[in-house]
Amino acid sequence: MGSALIQYTVIIILLILIAIPLGRYIASIFSNENHRTDRFFLPMEKVIFRLSGIDNRLEMTWWEYVKALLLVNGILLGFAYLILRFQGGLPLNPNGITNMDPTSVFNTAISFMTNTDLQHYSGESGLSNLSQIIVITMMMFTSSVTGLSVAMAFIRGITRKGKTIGNFFQDFVRGHIRLMLPLAILLTLMLVAAGVPQTLDANTTVQTLEGAKQVIARGPVASLESIKHLGTNGGGFFGANSAHPFENPTALTNILEILAMWSIPAAMPIAYGRIAKNPKQGWVIFGGMMAIFLMMLLTVHLAESAGNPALVERGFDSSQGSMEGKETRFGISMSAIFTAVTTAATTGTVNNMHDTLTPIGGMVPLMLMMFNTVFGGEGVGFVNMMMYALLGVFIAGLMVGRTPEFLGKKIESREMKFIVLALLSHPLAILIPTAIAFLTPLGMGAISNEGFHGITQVLYEFTSSSANNGSGFEGLGDATPFWNISTGVVMLIGRYISIIALLAVAGSLANKQPVPETIGTLRTDNATFGVVLTGTVLLIGALTFLPVLVLGPIAEFLSIG
Amino acid sequence: MAQDQVLHTESKNNESQKPKQGMFERGILRQAVIDSFIKLNPLTMMKNPVMFVVEIGTLLTLLMALAPGFFGAEGRVGYNFTIFLILFFTVCFANFAEALAEGRGKAQADSLKKTKADTQARKLDDKGKETLVSSTELRKGDMVLVQSGDLVPGDGEISEGLASIDESAITGESAPVIKEAGGDFSSVTGGTKVVSDWIKVRITTDPGESFLDRMISLVEGAARQKTPNEIALNTLLITLTIIFLMVVVSLPPIASYVGVKLELSTLIALLVCLIPTTIGALLSAIGIAGMDRVTRFNVLAMSGKAVEAAGDINTMILDKTGTITYGNRMASEFVPVGKRGEEEVREAAVLASLKDETPEGRSVLTLANEQGVVIDPAPYVEAEFIPFAAETRMSGMDLSGQSWRKGAVDAIKGFVTQQGGVVPESLDSETTRIAEMGGTPLAVAVDKEILGIIYLKDTVKPGMRERFEQLRRMGIRTVMCTGDNPLTAATIANEAGVDDFIAESTPEDKIRVIREEQAKGKLVAMTGDGTNDAPALAQADVGIAMNSGTVAAKEAANMVDLDSDPSKIIDVVGIGKQLLMTRGALTTFSIANDVAKYFAIVPAMFTLAIPEMKTLNFMALQSPTSAILSALIFNAIIIPLLIPLAMKGITYRPMPAVKLLRRNLLIYGLGGVIVPFIAIKGIDIILGVFL
Repeated sequence: MGSALIQYTVIIILLILIAIPLGRYIASIFSNENHRTDRFFLPMEKVIFRLSGIDNRLEMTWWEYVKALLLVNGILLGFAYLILRFQGGLPLNPNGITNMDPTSVFNTAISFMTNTDLQHYSGESGLSNLSQIIVITMMMFTSSVTGLSVAMAFIRGITRKGKTIGNFFQDFVRGHIRLMLPLAILLTLMLVAAGVPQTLDANTTVQTLEGAKQVIARGPVASLESIKHLGTNGGGFFGANSAHPFENPTALTNILEILAMWSIPAAMPIAYGRIAKNPKQGWVIFGGMMAIFLMMLLTVHLAESAGNPALVERGFDSSQGSMEGKETRFGISMSAIFTAVTTAATTGTVNNMHDTLTPIGGMVPLMLMMFNTVFGGEGVGFVNMMMYALLGVFIAGLMVGRTPEFLGKKIESREMKFIVLALLSHPLAILIPTAIAFLTPLGMGAISNEGFHGITQVLYEFTSSSANNGSGFEGLGDATPFWNISTGVVMLIGRYISIIALLAVAGSLANKQPVPETIGTLRTDNATFGVVLTGTVLLIGALTFLPVLVLGPIAEFLSIG
Repeated sequence: MAQDQVLHTESKNNESQKPKQGMFERGILRQAVIDSFIKLNPLTMMKNPVMFVVEIGTLLTLLMALAPGFFGAEGRVGYNFTIFLILFFTVCFANFAEALAEGRGKAQADSLKKTKADTQARKLDDKGKETLVSSTELRKGDMVLVQSGDLVPGDGEISEGLASIDESAITGESAPVIKEAGGDFSSVTGGTKVVSDWIKVRITTDPGESFLDRMISLVEGAARQKTPNEIALNTLLITLTIIFLMVVVSLPPIASYVGVKLELSTLIALLVCLIPTTIGALLSAIGIAGMDRVTRFNVLAMSGKAVEAAGDINTMILDKTGTITYGNRMASEFVPVGKRGEEEVREAAVLASLKDETPEGRSVLTLANEQGVVIDPAPYVEAEFIPFAAETRMSGMDLSGQSWRKGAVDAIKGFVTQQGGVVPESLDSETTRIAEMGGTPLAVAVDKEILGIIYLKDTVKPGMRERFEQLRRMGIRTVMCTGDNPLTAATIANEAGVDDFIAESTPEDKIRVIREEQAKGKLVAMTGDGTNDAPALAQADVGIAMNSGTVAAKEAANMVDLDSDPSKIIDVVGIGKQLLMTRGALTTFSIANDVAKYFAIVPAMFTLAIPEMKTLNFMALQSPTSAILSALIFNAIIIPLLIPLAMKGITYRPMPAVKLLRRNLLIYGLGGVIVPFIAIKGIDIILGVFL
């Protein structure tokens, strides 16, 4: 525990050290403030705006913003569909990969457009280099910047007074030019330095010591790896994802990857505090996220350290913890925190097989995705947390004897209608499809485990899809039309319903005249509100899923112990 | 002391006027029980979706108990029937809460309706010819004559005449009030009684729209519309219901994978325990009771929205006269002039006021008393009292050749110079000083010598300072409006402790201030009575008109204070806050309850098929059946147990929001988590005796 504690502490301190300046920088980008980097970035932006003909960047209402967002996402989706569908005949295909089948393309295109990166294929055998670069890597950028733009538009809506919440095209371009591309380049170089391959050459074939022939898959790994984490995407170059030694060779790259996927989500509350001109507002949100994260991290750490209960009972040595499905170069603690971060920030990259986590250990990533708000995916995780903040204010705010207000804006019936739509979408997209999967032979056929573990497999697949996480519990035979289509639809619901609904909330709040704060106002920048927020997430977010968790991981834990 | 004073929602004078109506008065209680069955009608229940879901569950379990074969539940008739009974009571308890709240309003409405009994009206035609018609035939614009002993047949304005009117039917105040044509006291209310003289009244409302009609429909709850916050909360409650419905519906297929068969009745029990039935059952009762509390306080709120808005008030605009001060002037200082000392002035003033029964005269004695003078009237029994008269503008006393006088400075000057006395030099300067401070000087003379001046000042009502202090702690800014000059205004403002004041204000100033505050996003409350207050009353978020005021003012306002006590606006704010807090507290409590119910039901559901689940039975409940029933019983009885709280509202002490939130979170949040654990365990132990 001692060394693990040091590792965790160091990583979290590093995270905070990165998140503070990063949050401020993000705030400056999207507030369109002058920045010393303008000299460098402005000319690039000008070229892009000129070329794309969006010179006239008027402020948009929430609905215009949503329309622009859906338009851009829709075009990218169609583009991705075509490339994947016809990759066999397109250039940059040194390994002679064939076209993808229609339902797999449906699933994969949606998966990458929604920042989910659920992979029902194995990268090394399913995608050409063109697909890896143009579809996978590019959409990793666009989907994360889409999420980021949503968060920024939302923050604008709740902090400003007016009809508009920004211009999507401008946010989209600036998010790429000023944030994602520079960071991705930086991280790619660091990863290459640490030993991650980056090449456009074909796979090589080597002769092993036994004389057998082995094909070593390679490709533009480092560049994909960097944006995969930075953009909380998670889709690996290889099927084994970040457990593969080319994706994540050392403990150092492991920490780099953890920080890469965690930093932007952790910087969002800080950016928000800065734009709201009250840093404490942001720190309360950050604190609420961190509190739940630590609870979850502790749980997975303890569960994995204790070893597999079934083996412990039979007298096996468990001093190393449960190492099944984990890489020896990472060990328990580096696997545990990776698992927690990848599901908290809904990235979905894995450095160990979540299927082989102990039952309670495996429940942690599941729960973090069910919360979908503990840091959460790029931008959207923060916006989801703000949804809980609004809900918390709505319920607890009444207890100070005023109708609820957040940042001085009243939360009324119209906002509530949109908030509950977002609230509803997540359990809807998880529970109902899970139930349907168990009702149909098509769904049942894919389950590779008997009993409770089988329930967890299915639940995990849909939870991961709805939370736009993309990690797999693996073992599920999910490359079938049933799973391709069902998870595809779930990913769309999980992504766009809450985005649209919460932008509507922001648009509606932007229209309201803020009420000045008095001593009688519920403050949202103190510890008490932190408790309200955490309590709301735990009570409303977690209680919903308790019965299925009891039937899955908890029952499994009880029955093997 | 006063700082910790709880804002009582019922004023003392109000309690003495009306017989106190108990919450559980037998007649209301009986009617409520009957109504709670009538409300079982699904068409009525559908208005409350949360409880409607429970009702459907009730019907299903009943069917399962009656036709077990159809549901494959042959061996479980007893269990299913028990669940049916508990669910049935859950629905009835919810209906009972609403019926009880409505019943209390109806009882009030019934007493009002008695005054509404059809009355005869003397309708006058254009030529002044009188015809007897029924009051229901009167239309807007008709002219009626109301004589001594008649009931006023409808709301209207007096166009001619003057009469004293008994308004006790509306206000509960038995002392008659004088109303006359023209000015701010020209409106009459249907149902009130003319006790002397006669008036001609122009009717201003059509039948069914009168003040009395509106009042009846308001207290009855017939006109009750859901308030904006209630609608928003309802949206949330419905969503939680849908979410838990999905949770429960998705369970059987998932559980079937591991061979767990879940009984329909158990699933219904789980659903009912999880959906927010507690707040769902009490929500409308809280709203009705909140309105009722305002009504009992003799303030008529035209909508629940207005009461809710009262809780949100940021700025309160108050008239100085009548609200903050008594309006009449009280002695506050004895100022000597010439060579005389304060004691001599005081003595002379006391003697000049000994038999003066005017408020000013009494206030002189009170002030002297406060300054330690013991007054023994015995030696002055023989004295001749000179009352105040408009011509002399002074009053006093004559005894054994000496005369004491007090009165307007000019009048007293005349009084002494007439007798050859001299006016002291310092008199004029002192007079000017007092006048500048907004006071009224009264000169005091004995025979031909002026001894000094009584400084009469507008006095702040006792306790106002503390109330403004309370308002400040609620975050409400107070603005005083007065026609006085800035100096006087500042003096009173300072004394009363208001945050701001507008001197020499006109009604237009009020509108301007309201608009300015509203532009900053603030909600503003004000009181008023005159026709010229009407635009400001309409502009304000909460406008309270005095019942004594004009029809225009009452029409523009969203509340009418039947006692015409403008300072009650402060208490109305407290009631509004209390209403919102009660709603929030019970919602929090209801949602927090789910934790314990989960721990009771979820292990119990699965234990039969998955024996290891008994490890999760933290509460050590006796059996799965007992666990499920205990949770369900708790879920049912918590509703009637919380009815008193829903009706009375949770205690509200003015304090900063942070403290309030912390306090209520502890009680209703943490309490909401802990209480059901204890209660469910307790019910389980009791059930163990029977099962």
